[in-house]
Amino acid sequence: MVDQSAVGREFTPVTAHVEPGRLRFFLDTLGEANPVYRDVAAAPVPPTYLFCLEMMDATVPFEFLTALGIDLARVLHGEQRFDYHAPVVVGDTLTFQPRVASVTEKKGGAMTLIVVDTPVTNQNGVHVADVSRTIVVRNARPS
Amino acid sequence: MSAGVPSVGDVIVHKEFPPITRHRLALYCGASGDHNPIHVDIDFAKAAGFPDVFAHGMLVMGYLGQALTDAVAPSRIRSFSTRFAAITQLGAQLTCEGTVTELIEQGGEQRAKLALTTKDQNGEIKLAGEAIIAL
Repeated sequence: MVDQSAVGREFTPVTAHVEPGRLRFFLDTLGEANPVYRDVAAAPVPPTYLFCLEMMDATVPFEFLTALGIDLARVLHGEQRFDYHAPVVVGDTLTFQPRVASVTEKKGGAMTLIVVDTPVTNQNGVHVADVSRTIVVRNARPS
Repeated sequence: MSAGVPSVGDVIVHKEFPPITRHRLALYCGASGDHNPIHVDIDFAKAAGFPDVFAHGMLVMGYLGQALTDAVAPSRIRSFSTRFAAITQLGAQLTCEGTVTELIEQGGEQRAKLALTTKDQNGEIKLAGEAIIAL
């Protein structure tokens, strides 16, 4: 079971490119018809797309799970937060630096909540966003 | 906001989405980079103790984000957060709504706080969240 020793742990930074073709696949998948996203020259990204960029370009998929010994089959997404500080547009190159912010046991150890905070910077070193995910681990029952 | 300053209690976000299909989950798996098999491989989902595959939380949040940016330009969103209250099953027909709960001055600008929900066709809350937008 993941314990407090995981707090502060950092994982491999992810560098992701905001590519128009991949963005179009995402927009089409969600049936997104808003023209603001289709102006390729300076199109912003949808509000949840930062989460996708980090996953798509991770060199080690689900690294924080494997690094902490968590079984993917026991994971649920508990909460998700985005704080936006500056625009992210098609053509940007972003760097994600994930870090474990907290580990909390719930329901007498039946669940563990893990918060991973990820600051995002762009190719100019501008801190464009903070992404925070809370993962719920359904721990095995000690029967 | 193009339609002037909203008031507390105004429902400024409202959008309904088509039923969640297996096909949609497969597309989202590829489009999002989230290749967790629990959303597309029924054998994996059953072995993990679930009766079937189920929607990615981030697909549902993506729909909520779409509903939000139908009403508010993406550049005006300062924060967007949700709690995933319940698993979204296949066939779910989602309705996303956002209500103004507070008008605030923050970061040198006028902002509004929105309470956001995503419910299925039975009225069950799947996502409960919040956004702060610049007016």
